[in-house]
Amino acid sequence: MTETTSQRFKQNAHAALADADLQRSLGVLETNFIARRKFVADKLPEFDALRDAARDIKNHTLAHLDLYLEEYESRVVAQGGHVHYAATAADARALVLDICRKLNTATVTKGKSMIAEEVGLNDFLSEHGITPIETDLGEYIIQLRHEMPSHIIAPAVHLSKAQVEADFRRVHTQLAPDRDLTQPEKLLAEARAILREKFLTADVGITGANFLIAETGTSIIVTNEGNGDLTQTLPRAHIVLTSIEKLVPTLEDAAQLLRVLARSATGQEMSVYTTLSTGPRRDGDPDGPREYHVILLDNGRSAMLAGEFRDMLRCIRCGACMNHCPVYQAVGGHAYGWVYPGPMGAVLTPSLIGIDKAGQLPNASTFCGRCEEVCPVRIPLPKLMRFWREREFERHLSPAVVRSGLTLWAFFARRPWLYGLVTHLAARALALLGRAQGRFGWLPLASGWTRDRDFPAPEGATFQALWRGRQ
Amino acid sequence: MSDRELVLGSIRQALGVTGREAPRRKVVADRLEGHPTGIVPERGQLEPKTRIALLAEMIAAAAGSVAQVTDLAAVPGAVADFLRRFNLPLSVRRGHDARLAALPWQLEGALEVTVGASDGQQLASVSHAFGAVAETGTLVLTSGADNPTTLNFLPDNHIVVVDVNDVVGDFETIVARLRRHFGERQLPRLVNLITGPSRSADIEQTLILGAHGPRRLHVILVGEVRR
Repeated sequence: MTETTSQRFKQNAHAALADADLQRSLGVLETNFIARRKFVADKLPEFDALRDAARDIKNHTLAHLDLYLEEYESRVVAQGGHVHYAATAADARALVLDICRKLNTATVTKGKSMIAEEVGLNDFLSEHGITPIETDLGEYIIQLRHEMPSHIIAPAVHLSKAQVEADFRRVHTQLAPDRDLTQPEKLLAEARAILREKFLTADVGITGANFLIAETGTSIIVTNEGNGDLTQTLPRAHIVLTSIEKLVPTLEDAAQLLRVLARSATGQEMSVYTTLSTGPRRDGDPDGPREYHVILLDNGRSAMLAGEFRDMLRCIRCGACMNHCPVYQAVGGHAYGWVYPGPMGAVLTPSLIGIDKAGQLPNASTFCGRCEEVCPVRIPLPKLMRFWREREFERHLSPAVVRSGLTLWAFFARRPWLYGLVTHLAARALALLGRAQGRFGWLPLASGWTRDRDFPAPEGATFQALWRGRQ
Repeated sequence: MSDRELVLGSIRQALGVTGREAPRRKVVADRLEGHPTGIVPERGQLEPKTRIALLAEMIAAAAGSVAQVTDLAAVPGAVADFLRRFNLPLSVRRGHDARLAALPWQLEGALEVTVGASDGQQLASVSHAFGAVAETGTLVLTSGADNPTTLNFLPDNHIVVVDVNDVVGDFETIVARLRRHFGERQLPRLVNLITGPSRSADIEQTLILGAHGPRRLHVILVGEVRR
């Protein structure tokens, strides 16, 4: 895993804006994710009502999380599986390593798991002599590049096919150097052939989970490639590396959530493979893993239950918020500097790694509200980002220039007559000065604005004055 | 303190509960026992004939193909037709499912049928579905010796036989049937919900079929609706 750079969001964002390859790659978000989501959402009249239902199910589960976890655990154990709790990322890593060592594991195949990214599993396993192999095509590509995913459901969305081709030629040196890799189909076929071999020889398979069902002790994964299924079916043991907030009570509840997940994520009615896994291989089963382990990560989530960030624990990781975010669309996922990008990352990352490191993320929003508008579980993301901004200010973590600016503004805002007078004078003065061109290329104290664009000259009256005039 | 006590304790502290409150426990027990039905889309609430038509339409929309035959005896022919259409070797692998075992495979003399799980060497497989959901064109397969899971994922071509009487309108109906078949709070090791063939759009968002699973998914709908 690469280092955390959330504290350098601004520098990251500048670099991203200047990266022509990245900007070209990000262009697909609008046409693909946004248009497709709208198309399938419009086709289902009950979609918005289902979003309410999804929100309510998650709220209900979170309010009874301790009890549903106990119920879930008892069902997994009854089916011959094992449940392990991990309070921290380090605990989760140690649990995975312990299971792998007991099975003399040389290689591990991995289905896509954001929790594995969160705990930094790949580097840890490599350091301990176990080879982790990502099998989701996007994850496989970024593993070759030693990068973090730049999107939670499309990890390699920041890359062009030419970049992928270059990586494949660099790493797959056993193949003919003059082979044709100009088409995405050829790249996929090459990855498929290489990974097929890995699937068949891996000792342990690790997947995440989209949902856990308390009623039956079931974990659900949702994929399009089928890599998660090969990962969990072929090796001797299946480890589900997941977190405590993935729980839902019943199969009926899971059905409600599945109806909003794929539509919000990829704009599909249903993803290709939705797989319900309950325990290890049964008597008479000709295939499937002999061992089934679930690792339930907390890593700061239980603490989120107590305050205003409980809403964030409803998140089902569809990625709609980032697809629709003008900031994400402009800078991509890596600028956010950790595992979770976009609006959901701007709320979750400070909870998980600290507001001191991730304070810039909740500030990287225009509060346009599109993320909340499309969220399938109706998380009030702008409100939660605002909570973080307040905490950051309270803890004196905001930059000095922001603090002194706010103090100055507060001085006037508390004295409405003075505020009115000063803005009136400023508007008049700027209107006079800017009369010729109607705009300013430079203004004192506003270089942050005027460096990249002109500041329009006011026409003479303030908004408040115009408002009074119309009453 | 174990991590289990640590995590559960931390959750309870955050929620301000002990975990022993009888009303809370009753809410959870009632929910698990009653498993209330949520919002069920109108889309699937159809008469059997139109429901089956919707299933076929949704499977096609997910890039799968569909054939319909009136009785089981016609299934081997439909399997062979599919293989010939794509110039595939006349060979399929199936599990021990009694419904598949009873088919008159001998009617297709050139068709080789082997039995068992897949080790990755087979190009085509045949499974019998537990059911199908018209709402989204989703096939429901359950694990076990009858229909090994590996047959769903390793061969390049997956053929799935569905009895038209097992086609339901929505997921809630399938969930009720699974519960009736396997018992309250029980499921087989795997329930695979499959909607179209495997795909990836991870390279420049270009959709390509056949990522790690089958490139083709062919559904054979069998029988006539029982009155």
